[in-house]
Amino acid sequence: MNNFTVEAIELTRLYGGRAAVSDVSFNLAKGQVLGFLGPNGAGKSTTMKMLTGNLAPSLGSVKICGIDMMENPKEAKKLIGYLPEMRPLYKEFTVDEYLTVAARLHNVERKQIKNAVEIAKERCGLGHMSKRLIENLSNGYQQRVGIAQAIIHNPMVVILDEPTVGLDPVQIRDIRALIKEIGQEHSVIVSTHILPEVEMVCDHVQIIDQGKLVFNGDIDVLKRQRMGNKLLVGFNKLPELADVAKIKGVAEVELADNNMMRIRIEEGAEPHEAIVKAAVKNGWGLYQIAPDQTSLEDVFIQLTYQDGVQEQAA
Amino acid sequence: MILSIARKELKSMFASPMGWIILALLMFAFGTYYLNGVNNYFEVMSGSIRPAERYGVTQFVGQNVYGLASFIMLFAVPLLSMRLISEERRNQTLPFLFSAPLSIIEIVVGKFVGLVTFLSILIVYIAIMLSTLNLWSEIDFGYILANSFGLFLLLASFSALGLYFSSLTSQPVVAAIFSFIALFVLMILDRFFAGDPSSTMAQLSFMKHFQSFAAGLIDTADIVYFLLFILTFLILTIRRLDADRLRG
Repeated sequence: MNNFTVEAIELTRLYGGRAAVSDVSFNLAKGQVLGFLGPNGAGKSTTMKMLTGNLAPSLGSVKICGIDMMENPKEAKKLIGYLPEMRPLYKEFTVDEYLTVAARLHNVERKQIKNAVEIAKERCGLGHMSKRLIENLSNGYQQRVGIAQAIIHNPMVVILDEPTVGLDPVQIRDIRALIKEIGQEHSVIVSTHILPEVEMVCDHVQIIDQGKLVFNGDIDVLKRQRMGNKLLVGFNKLPELADVAKIKGVAEVELADNNMMRIRIEEGAEPHEAIVKAAVKNGWGLYQIAPDQTSLEDVFIQLTYQDGVQEQAA
Repeated sequence: MILSIARKELKSMFASPMGWIILALLMFAFGTYYLNGVNNYFEVMSGSIRPAERYGVTQFVGQNVYGLASFIMLFAVPLLSMRLISEERRNQTLPFLFSAPLSIIEIVVGKFVGLVTFLSILIVYIAIMLSTLNLWSEIDFGYILANSFGLFLLLASFSALGLYFSSLTSQPVVAAIFSFIALFVLMILDRFFAGDPSSTMAQLSFMKHFQSFAAGLIDTADIVYFLLFILTFLILTIRRLDADRLRG
């Protein structure tokens, strides 16, 4: 009996012959935060709907802590907290009323409901908004109420679809801290467009494109794979590309932004010193030489806007 | 669980003006007919000499009020039931219910119970109103009970149908219109087939089955009709919501 909290097994969803999600499989253990990335229309929300039992998969299955969603939906759903893309808020209720309804529907014990509502409000920074009608709250506060209803019953798995949309920077920071805090004891799946957020909050990344997973692994693995063999070099007096390419160990040279150069190194070579020596000899005015860590954005674009390469991390 | 959802629906109905307005207007209408009935009673009854024409005050006033009730609810129930599911669809709050540990049966029955509870307020109101006449006269409580029970079943059937039509669309007004038309047709169906008393279509009419309750008679055949009607539409609603989940 493995102790994965979320298991997606060959999830597929067909809409009249077209596969919105195709053969998505992944596992999540306790204490992990998974970032779910993908361009618009890639199938993120559809996958999340299948994970939470809002949509039945055409093929494949979902298991939450070993409980199959199709066979035992009530038991599986007890362990999940879900915030969909469109916040499911009843605008005519006050914050307190709404969260009480949420707690009741999620099987929180009657005596614990008041306490659970207070804790959820505190965690999401809603303390002073208790008696306000939800329709009178600002966008950001409504989003916080949405997150509060997802965590009110302290579920094992929290699935958030674009949780920081509409929040101001201070609130975003608070929510990210909250996600990290939840992620320590439980499992969290966060879908987002904001790549720095993924780098900050998640320890696992999944990239989905046109319904298929194109990357599934640790963040570090992702970044490391794109790093390693490139140098970002800054010259005050930009030399000819051909001159730099002549240096032993340099495989390729290209111009980067800000008048810098990106030098790709050959396998196993270490021409750093040679480059510095050449720069000094020819008076190129070297002021920066550092490994070029491709940001997550470039990796994302690379993986989704070219033919996706299946990368599986160990 | 069912009660939690019923409670939520009740709260929702009282949170918007619609519930209060309908309640107020209906109470006003019933009160007016009740008053008319009581006022007219002596005028009408003193004119009738033959014993067969002499109705008790319960039946005289009750006929007025309960007759109005069964007709006016045709308009009121669609207005109340229209938002039960279609508004949730429009506001995208269905995922809230679907991702909670609730079966679709619990969701549908919970909404149904919530609506019927709201309508029961009116039934109790009418019953109390008529019972107050007991201070000056001997009221036929059996008549009131039979009528209340019949009205209860009638309103429950209306609610079930309204709930089903609400689940078909994401626009409450469309649901209301279709519910009203369907209820109207079912209500007067027996008039269409008046020429052929043994026709099966006529058996489906609401009026036919409500009439015995209105006369003070509780017939199990009529009870079964209403229960089957409610069951049918609740099951259809459950299937419709489930289809949403399967087909997306």
